[in-house]
Amino acid sequence: MPVRNMVQAINLALREEMERDDRIVLLGEDVGKDGGVFRITEGLLEMFGEERIIDTPLAESGIVGAAVGMALYGLRPVAEIQFLGFIYPAFDQIFSHAARYRSRSRGRFSCPLVIRAPYGAGIKAPELHEESCEAFFCHMPGVKVVVPSGPYVAKGLLISALRDPDPVIFLEPTRLYRMIREDVPDGDHAVPLGQARIVREGNDVTVIAWGSMLERVVKSLEPYDAEIVDLLTLSPFDEETVLRSVAKTGRVVIVHEAPRTCGFGAELAATIAEEAILSLRGPVFRVAGPDVPVPLAKLVEHYLPDAARIRAAVEELLRY
Amino acid sequence: MPRSVIETFPVTRLDILDAEGNADESLLPPLSREDTLRLYELLVLSRAFDGRALSLQREGRIGTYPSILGQEAAQVGSAFALEKSDWVFPSFRETGMHVAMGYPLDLLFRYWAGDERGLVTPEGLNILPVCVSVGTHIPHAVGAAMAARYRKDPIAVVAYFGDGATSKGDFHEGFNMAGVYRLPVVFICQNNQWAISVPRGLQTAAATIAQKAIAYGFEGVQVDGNDVFAVYDATRQALERARSGGGPTFIECFTYRISHHTTADDADRYRSVDEVEEWKKRDPIERLRRFLEKSGFWTIKYQRELEQRTRETIDQAVREAESAAPAERREIFLSVFEKRTPRQIREMKGVDDAGA
Repeated sequence: MPVRNMVQAINLALREEMERDDRIVLLGEDVGKDGGVFRITEGLLEMFGEERIIDTPLAESGIVGAAVGMALYGLRPVAEIQFLGFIYPAFDQIFSHAARYRSRSRGRFSCPLVIRAPYGAGIKAPELHEESCEAFFCHMPGVKVVVPSGPYVAKGLLISALRDPDPVIFLEPTRLYRMIREDVPDGDHAVPLGQARIVREGNDVTVIAWGSMLERVVKSLEPYDAEIVDLLTLSPFDEETVLRSVAKTGRVVIVHEAPRTCGFGAELAATIAEEAILSLRGPVFRVAGPDVPVPLAKLVEHYLPDAARIRAAVEELLRY
Repeated sequence: MPRSVIETFPVTRLDILDAEGNADESLLPPLSREDTLRLYELLVLSRAFDGRALSLQREGRIGTYPSILGQEAAQVGSAFALEKSDWVFPSFRETGMHVAMGYPLDLLFRYWAGDERGLVTPEGLNILPVCVSVGTHIPHAVGAAMAARYRKDPIAVVAYFGDGATSKGDFHEGFNMAGVYRLPVVFICQNNQWAISVPRGLQTAAATIAQKAIAYGFEGVQVDGNDVFAVYDATRQALERARSGGGPTFIECFTYRISHHTTADDADRYRSVDEVEEWKKRDPIERLRRFLEKSGFWTIKYQRELEQRTRETIDQAVREAESAAPAERREIFLSVFEKRTPRQIREMKGVDDAGA
């Protein structure tokens, strides 16, 4: 099986699905001739032409808004937002429209689009290039939120997102784009949305992570008998897999790089409290970014959860 | 090196029918007698719908409603030029467009009464749900036009909005993309002079709204928005241009919101009665009636029959709207996604059980 990094895996998913489905078109800043600032769309302009690989003006709301219009018309647009921190002007389009057209029209119109955006800290980039605001989108009924953590699932999840009949926010962990290489098959291998995966089985503690943090969690917890859950889809998240693991271990640590307050860990912790409190042997711990804006490169490692913080949380919980 | 003028930009305005009902014969669009009477009847029907909606709101039978009084020609005249296959992205004050396109009136009443099922556009019409968030649907029209071009469909896309929307970022981003890609889209602004309490002069320092198109590389034209012939003709020409690959057009319909912003507003707080009275003299329907009378197409008998017919149509629509089966409570879950999420399924059961 060919070994690929995440950039190659995402590129392959786009290429194969575009060959299969002529409704798919790509639009965004620098996605055409330049192949995207991370080269995710490299070579696609040559393969599919300007009709389907569309370089747009610099206008995030316009890009997502135009994608909404294309989706309403019957296409399957993929809008690239160059960095997640640039998506804020497009919030209105996502929240007020992409998420609501199906509901607003009682199913007469729908909005099958994918918004791809690189996210996460630790790439020595300028301000607003390292955001991790995934929780905002989880609070929008009508959109799905998917966060792959490596090349294999990135390809499979993107295939599922491109075939989904509803809007999907697809967040790509920038720090891992070229860090992890693994077997990624050619051809059709969809990883279903809404299903978490157990990356490593264990008995003492359940550690839940996604996207960029998964790699740190796996590396940090090698010496522990931890069950590691990779959420993959944040909205709707796989409650069943989470609760089954919690019932087994009785201890939960949630790791995310977004600020703690109202991060997606809060939703997980609340759900576990509602559904599984009698299984718990200790409090649900969150290892998260502090409630501050993401700092620039010199201080970013004091912001991001690291091995020491992840292990400390697990150690403390194991004492209960 | 001399200082030189490198570009000049004319802004045109079109007037065909004046307030007394006199038309400039050389500019009259190619409309038959039947077409012209049909236009008149649609204007009358739009105003009747509007009046009934205001009454129903006062009786508590529908919710907040935005009146179109005074803007009927801008809406009916433009929509009359459209084909059913065209795609229409309305704002929330487009009753005249809905009427002219043949959107079922009972559905409109149901929507304003608070029933989303009123936005289920019948098959064969491509009218999108009303957009409450001002101007944010302009990029959708642009995207639909991109899709139509990609599909090689010989249609045009139309977006309706007001003067307030021209201050929004999405107006700029949408117009800019429409110009860059020369898309088959027609933008119709009903400049009704007021965005709730904010007058046109506080929306923009530009002399006209039409001229904004120039900066995006396509034509903007101002028309007398109370002149149904001017609106129709400008729209017809813009649609021809769109369908033949000539790119977008922006039409500013210069009109006036005679009524309050909505039934929840009191316009007397911020504008003078004199101003409103001045604009009432330029009524779009009365001027077409005068034209028809001068042309020998209009009689008192015709008017009485038309009013009777219109009343019956509205009565029937209200009856149908109010006798529709109430929505089931679980309906709020049914169209958020194509398939319910596990959590929604549990929540839906909770709502069902609460009603059992």
